[in-house]
Amino acid sequence: MNPEIILAAGVASGTILLFASIGEIFSERAGVINLGVEGMMFVGALAGFKVGVDTGNPWLGLVMAMAAGGTLGLLHAIVSIHFQADQIVSGLSLTFLGTGIALVLGEGLSGAGGGTLLPVLTIPVLSAIPFVGKVFFSDQSILVYVGYLLVPAAWFWIQHTRPGLHLRAVGEYPTAADALGINVYRLRYVYVVFGGVLAGLAGATISMAITPGWFANQETSGQGWIAVGLVIFARWSPFRALVGAYLIATIRRLTLDLQGPPNFFGIPNPFFVYQPSTFFLDMLPYALVIVVLVFGSRAALRRRLGAPAALGLPYVRGERGH
Amino acid sequence: MSVGVGSGRSVLPFAISAERRLEIPRWLPLATTLGAVGVALVISGILILLIGGDPIASFQHIVVSSFGSVGVLSDTLVKATPLIFTGLACALAFRMRLWNIGAEGQFYLGAWGASAIVLVPIIPSGSPAFVTIPLMVLAGFAAGAVWGFIAGWLRARFQVNEIITTLMLNYIAILWVRFWVFGPWSEGGFQLSKPFPKEAWLPRLTDLTGLIAAFSGLTVHLGLIFGIVAAVIMWFVLKRTRKGYEIRLIGDNALAARYAGVNIGRNIVLVMLVSGGLAGLAGMSEVSGVVHRMQDAISPGYGFTGVIIAYLAKFNPLYVVVAAIAFGALILAGREIQPAGIPSMIQGVILFCVIASDVLLRYRVRLVRR
Repeated sequence: MNPEIILAAGVASGTILLFASIGEIFSERAGVINLGVEGMMFVGALAGFKVGVDTGNPWLGLVMAMAAGGTLGLLHAIVSIHFQADQIVSGLSLTFLGTGIALVLGEGLSGAGGGTLLPVLTIPVLSAIPFVGKVFFSDQSILVYVGYLLVPAAWFWIQHTRPGLHLRAVGEYPTAADALGINVYRLRYVYVVFGGVLAGLAGATISMAITPGWFANQETSGQGWIAVGLVIFARWSPFRALVGAYLIATIRRLTLDLQGPPNFFGIPNPFFVYQPSTFFLDMLPYALVIVVLVFGSRAALRRRLGAPAALGLPYVRGERGH
Repeated sequence: MSVGVGSGRSVLPFAISAERRLEIPRWLPLATTLGAVGVALVISGILILLIGGDPIASFQHIVVSSFGSVGVLSDTLVKATPLIFTGLACALAFRMRLWNIGAEGQFYLGAWGASAIVLVPIIPSGSPAFVTIPLMVLAGFAAGAVWGFIAGWLRARFQVNEIITTLMLNYIAILWVRFWVFGPWSEGGFQLSKPFPKEAWLPRLTDLTGLIAAFSGLTVHLGLIFGIVAAVIMWFVLKRTRKGYEIRLIGDNALAARYAGVNIGRNIVLVMLVSGGLAGLAGMSEVSGVVHRMQDAISPGYGFTGVIIAYLAKFNPLYVVVAAIAFGALILAGREIQPAGIPSMIQGVILFCVIASDVLLRYRVRLVRR
């Protein structure tokens, strides 16, 4: 029960949630909810692992994972932007479709892969910092470092660049954005597809870096849904998404560690003595998402910080309303 | 306005124009839904072909092995029974634009609640069926309703997004059931409980073989009748009562409902409670009518299929029954289709096509000459 190890593991697997929720933040900032994250992660996980193993080139696998996620994202974009279908249901069907396709194509794929497919790095100087170095900069997958860079980049893009301003305008008030000459449809397509690309990357992070291998329907274990919940908790801010992702992933890891020791400080460990009680530990991350959402929603209500105003509403050029 | 392809620089000699419909012809919703399902089947066929399967044989297999004889028809109805309940559960919540995606978890809780009556046991063993069955129905409904209530209350009280809470509650419910079947109810270390006594079984047609020999082997059970009755009641409540009017009004225009003095928070909690209860009944009917014991992984996704069924039925409870039977067939036949992901894939394609086809209800799409 070394806190450094637990936190380092939390940061590593939190990267999965991080990619997926940053992708969803971009999509929702543009006004499109995509509940298909779980499905896009599934195909990403499969594409990454399969291509990575078959070709022996993990980078190609990574690219294919992102392409697969982006393709499903494009499907959601077409149905919800041009066909103006209900985004909630379109996203749900994306999850069915993605899960189904991944299970079909992954049929007969060997279970666990041998070791990580992607390089593991230790950053020379930073890893020497006491505690922080061990948690963040030692023996982490290269994707974890990509996660560190993605968060400030996403924040800067959304808050401090012209395209970011356009993105927010499209999600808050598409009619006005359109009047200013911003192509609402095109931007929504771009960001929904980009959200899919990041979800595909999140899937590949599972199958190629954190728990390498293909575990059929156990592959994502609901992390796509947790990521969607995180976006609400994060109030559409990349930095808060990072905090939430690492927190939930650390708790997930902690629940595993709690099952190991026979006793704590001389008191018998109930999770060791009576194995079925560990199922209550497994519930913790999911319960935590609900608790976190309650607090997130209350804060949003109190400070009137809400979702992008046009979130979930199809934009129809030339009609009244949003 | 123009929607989709063909607007602008097209090389085709015609363009696609779309005008908003002022009213929807009565025959149109059914026609577009059937058309969408047809398109979905073609797309699914192409997908099956692409992965090296034989689409014609697959579809033929589905029809023959689910409607081909009285025996398999009975099996199809057995699969359809829980789907009627989960479909109704979703249709009720969706009608009010409440996204209860938690029918799966509510199903597990309902199955657990019904099982608790005979496994804890809450009533003395050997109690007659006319005591045991109604209590199991009540417990199944109540347990599912509690699960729905949690999400409904959080939504009404704190504006917590019910999609995420119901989904998270799904995982918690499955783990909760796992605790009981691995722990207190485990039979000899296996992940299932001891079988229920006969008094806790919903009567099946095959139980009447002594009276009518033709019923031999038909496992369709009383839960089917419960489901159809529930559908009729729900149809009546939605169409003909004040409460139903309130629910439809909130679904169509929440703001107007609020101005009309409808208590939205209370309706959210009530609808989620009943919706959870209906999904709980699905679980009850499955343990009491089919499995006759509690076990891990008791649902192959009945709760999620309920979402699609509700959509196919356009939230109409009577159509839910029809759609549930169709999906019962797909699930029954799907057990033998390899690879195992195909039914889930087909479900996704169908749902996509159905919601995409809704655009035809809102717009009149025509080809016009340039």
